[in-house]
Amino acid sequence: MGNDQSTMVAPDELLARFDARTAAGDAIEAKDWMPDAYRKHLVRQMSQHAHSEVIGMQPEGNWVTRAPSLRAKQILLAKIQDEGGHGLYLYSAAETLGISRDEMIHQLHSGKAKYSNIFNYPTLNWADIGAIGWLVDGAAIVNQVSLQRTSYGPYSRAMVRICKEESFHQRQGYEIMTYMMRGTAEQREMAQDAMNRWWWPSLMMFGPHDGDSPHSADAFKWKIKRHTNDELRQKFIDKTVPQAELIGLKVPDADLKWNEEKQSYTYGKINWDEFHRVINGNGPCNKQRMEHHIKVHNDGAWVREAATAYKNKQNAQKTNLN
Amino acid sequence: MTREEALFKYTLRLGDNALILSQRLSEWCSYGPILEEDLAMTNFALDLIGRAQAFLGYAAQLEGIGNTEDTLAFRRSERQYYNNQIAELPNGDFGHTMVRQLFISSFEQLLFSQLRNSKDETIAAVAAKTLKEVKYHASHAGDWVIRLGDGTDESSRRVQQAVNAIWPYTAEQFEMDEVDSLLVAEGIAVDLQSLYADWKNHIAAVFAEAKIAMPGECYMQTGSRQGIHTEHLGHLLSEMQYLQRAYPDAKW
Ligand SMILES: [Fe+2]
Ligand SMILES: [Fe+2]
Repeated sequence: MGNDQSTMVAPDELLARFDARTAAGDAIEAKDWMPDAYRKHLVRQMSQHAHSEVIGMQPEGNWVTRAPSLRAKQILLAKIQDEGGHGLYLYSAAETLGISRDEMIHQLHSGKAKYSNIFNYPTLNWADIGAIGWLVDGAAIVNQVSLQRTSYGPYSRAMVRICKEESFHQRQGYEIMTYMMRGTAEQREMAQDAMNRWWWPSLMMFGPHDGDSPHSADAFKWKIKRHTNDELRQKFIDKTVPQAELIGLKVPDADLKWNEEKQSYTYGKINWDEFHRVINGNGPCNKQRMEHHIKVHNDGAWVREAATAYKNKQNAQKTNLN
Repeated sequence: MTREEALFKYTLRLGDNALILSQRLSEWCSYGPILEEDLAMTNFALDLIGRAQAFLGYAAQLEGIGNTEDTLAFRRSERQYYNNQIAELPNGDFGHTMVRQLFISSFEQLLFSQLRNSKDETIAAVAAKTLKEVKYHASHAGDWVIRLGDGTDESSRRVQQAVNAIWPYTAEQFEMDEVDSLLVAEGIAVDLQSLYADWKNHIAAVFAEAKIAMPGECYMQTGSRQGIHTEHLGHLLSEMQYLQRAYPDAKW
């Protein structure tokens, strides 16, 4: 119906109706008319989200073959599998906007599409697996809970489904940190080392301070985004600092203080130079992650070609029989 | 050899086969040719870890000297492992992994459908649960061998190469030793030799559909019943056991 309308109704009128619907909190569905800028914003955000789930499999996969117990291996593998599933689910949701998974992967490889900066950091000891689950998934949840009410229906439904699994990941990550902190001196050292390396990059996951955030105005107007970067970051800090203290981990921020009046923490200065350096390709693992994805994709081409060739042969045979 | 010793060794072998193949399959994580297959292989790895936990846990209990499923998995050396060599072979390309999976899972489908009726209740219960998983592994791998065999020239060439390379490791799965004979007599284990004809017929049917040639008579590799392995197992274990060996006092 949306498409038919567009041939009869003036563009201004369509846009006014769309603005009214999003302002009223209506969900927009794939078949509805939407402004180009809205569609573009969503394709960018959803494909970035899908790519993040998939690229995130690499740093965690780095410890799968070295997980220290059968149970730990099982939990980690199942977690990574969930993330891959989130990727699949988000690719399908993005496809409702008229872009194919192949095209999205092409954009990832050409550098046009991004993925979460956090996965450009390396996993250097087993506690990093705990830190990722606890801090990175923890930060992702805060963001994704807010996105459950985003205006695009397929995206919002994907978030509802994904959030349930993410909170499992967060608890399992925290459990690893808890074990490590109860363990030997070496284990506690690994846990604190992981904390020191993952804390600040996790805070950066929420993006620049509100004043410096591009793409924001339209995203708010159309209710793609419902909370600011700083609001979400604050929420994450307030939730996470007591968890760290509970198990004896130090938050690596000398300026971190409880503010009784605001009933929340004030925190130190985020190193935005590092943030921009990593986003611009000079993090410790940017090249490694992308080369890995491209190589695996190219190495698998013969398998995908064979599957297509086989399917075509089967279809041809069916047609001949009819 | 007592019945208890035999039962321990038998259960350990079942556990080792699951553990080592699960380790190999988990190496595919983030390396799959399509995301769906990445997840499928991880899923198989997860099924196999579950099976390894069950069998190694039971073996530890039978042994009764304070081992656990984890100490059995992470503190034994190469010569103390009893998995079939085929399980430890490196993944190779995707076709290679699917051929290995077809050979193993088709065998396991026959094995566990009989072990369901084992007089040992624990083995029978694990076998019943495992059978459902293994049927799916076998059919998934078989479907891929067919697709690749009858896909493009390149895929057909690759999958035929994989078949030729892995074939000499298939017969070991059916080898019987003192442990098997003793437990077959007790109604606990399965006569592995009796499974071979059905296995080969099944493989031949898949190959026919895949347009893959059945390898001719050749020397069949052997040794795992005595704890003799390929060079690959030592590397697999040194990676898998790294944390447990480097920090022996740590609990994870
Ligand atoms: Fe996820
Ligand atoms: Fe997650």
